[in-house]
Amino acid sequence: MREERCPDAVLYQWKRAVSVIEATGLQKHFGRVTAVRDVSLRAMDGRITGLLGPNGAGKSTTLRMLYTVIAPESGDALIDGVSIVNQPLEARRRMGVLPHNAGIYPHLSARENIEYFGSLHGLSRKDCIARTVALISLLEMDEFADRGAKGFSQGQRVKTALARALIHRPRNILLDEPTNGLDVMAVRSLRRLLARLRDDGHCVLFSSHVMQEVGALCDDVVVIAHGNVVANGTPEELRQRTGEGSLEDAFVRLIGTGEGLS
Amino acid sequence: MWAILSVFRKEFRENLRDRRTLISALIFGPLFGPLLFGAALSLSIERGVSTADKPVTLTVSHAERAPNLLAHLKQYGVKVEAVSYDDAAARAAVTEHRKPFVLMISDEFGTRLQSSQPAQLMLYVDSSDANNGKDVTRVKALLSQYGQLVARLRVMTRGIDPLVLSPIVIHDIDVSTPAGRSVLALGTLSYLVLLTMLMGGMYLAIDATAGERERGSLEPLLTVPVRRESLIYGKMLATCAFMTLSLSLTVTAFSIVLQFAGLERFGMSVNFGPLVALALIACCLPLVPLGAALMTIVAAFTRSYREAQTYLGLVLLVPTLPLVFASVLGLRPTAALMTVPSLSQHFLITSLLRDEPISAAFLALSIGATLTVGAVLVFIAGRLYHREALLG
Repeated sequence: MREERCPDAVLYQWKRAVSVIEATGLQKHFGRVTAVRDVSLRAMDGRITGLLGPNGAGKSTTLRMLYTVIAPESGDALIDGVSIVNQPLEARRRMGVLPHNAGIYPHLSARENIEYFGSLHGLSRKDCIARTVALISLLEMDEFADRGAKGFSQGQRVKTALARALIHRPRNILLDEPTNGLDVMAVRSLRRLLARLRDDGHCVLFSSHVMQEVGALCDDVVVIAHGNVVANGTPEELRQRTGEGSLEDAFVRLIGTGEGLS
Repeated sequence: MWAILSVFRKEFRENLRDRRTLISALIFGPLFGPLLFGAALSLSIERGVSTADKPVTLTVSHAERAPNLLAHLKQYGVKVEAVSYDDAAARAAVTEHRKPFVLMISDEFGTRLQSSQPAQLMLYVDSSDANNGKDVTRVKALLSQYGQLVARLRVMTRGIDPLVLSPIVIHDIDVSTPAGRSVLALGTLSYLVLLTMLMGGMYLAIDATAGERERGSLEPLLTVPVRRESLIYGKMLATCAFMTLSLSLTVTAFSIVLQFAGLERFGMSVNFGPLVALALIACCLPLVPLGAALMTIVAAFTRSYREAQTYLGLVLLVPTLPLVFASVLGLRPTAALMTVPSLSQHFLITSLLRDEPISAAFLALSIGATLTVGAVLVFIAGRLYHREALLG
């Protein structure tokens, strides 16, 4: 099954096409505010799944529950069949996570930031160093890898955080608004990387409120509004279902309002 | 366990590169604490020693009216500056601080003295000026000494033994030992030691919660497959390491500075050699985990780095409260008091410096009670890291 992989590849070639992230009936309140009412979704290996919705729709809360930083009040999600409710530690091993506005440690270099997470994931010292070197070259970080992270640009910070998220060879990659604050060049290189992860067989799930990004990149789209899933399918299916010519018009129709788009 | 060590190593290394942490942990407390303390102590000893034999300059108006009195004053180291003021001029000179004080000899001083009548001397003093207090007292003592001398001579010429003028004699017998006397002056030392120890770990405690959250690095950290307790234990371990470092440096610095403070000139001896320094550090060590956990807990409830700094500033005062009560109420160590963290350390430090024996039971009580409270706080800090509100 999933153990077929080239040992020296930076990104593993996964060969499997069953769903690997499967959430059912997730629900979460913060005080009196219902952030997520009822979210069920499915993200597959070898595909990029976009979580699309206006600001405040519940995208971040859904992702945070999936990567086990907060616990759902009801519902569950299986990551490669491992429950986030019953076995959160085991589930975390199977995910690489880039949270919203992820910060790095300013007094460590990019390399040390990455290696620290490698050690927390239980990688051996040798493996950790080798993986870090490989990821630094993959993400074209050589120029700033050994500088202190204090003066990093947003693009350099995101690259460091991304390398950190990939250090333990996760099969599933979750990213919360990864293109936030990036310039055009950085967005392009991030898209190339996500496409490459998909082509290598990873399951990529990312959230965005930017229409073009989702349209350009996603194989599947899950549209969230007011804490509920209002539609899912390929971009093409969504366009057909709503009878709209563009994905943007389809999206507006689906969420029933013109607000929160960019 | 390996995760705790990983976190510890990273926190320790990172904070060694943080100038703010280094200054507060390794420079401010250990260096400035003892230096300030030593300087202040040295200064106060200097003053006490020096005023006794410093020559006093006395401005005397109409000195020619009392040659014998002036000879007496000169004999005891008083320099006389002769002027001829009237009452108004003397007042003005003292009020305007041109002269510290003025002695005025009345015009019938000689004749009254000869006829055995009270002869008048006027001493113009500004009693609100604290600087001259000691000199004034000394001049007055010398003047009354001269008065007694004249009285004795008068009595003797009338054929009476001058001893009848001294019905009682008072002897001061001071039983305090040199080491005991110095403890009075060193009372604040235990406070400074405990304060700098806490300060050494303050920035790490803030960084563990409020700092990580503000930087946005907390959420990624919580996605690693490590129990949250292990993360916070590793951070607290690093906090403890910095506190221990700060404590050791402070005590060493105190030990060195006090060798040069010149206490023995004042009849004090300080029992503060390397062995006592080591024992003192050992006495304070049980308080380290307690302090680290307390600061971490307080920082976990704050919303920002700034807020954490404010609240931890207040936490630094917590260990001082028992010390204040102890000195105000004049508490002596008892079994019950030895279970109070920070107060028991204060008692142990004081006993060490006084060179008094420390009872093994008291020592065990101090260590046991402090470590127990510390363990409870460490556990609570670990539980707090599970709160979702931690993410802000």
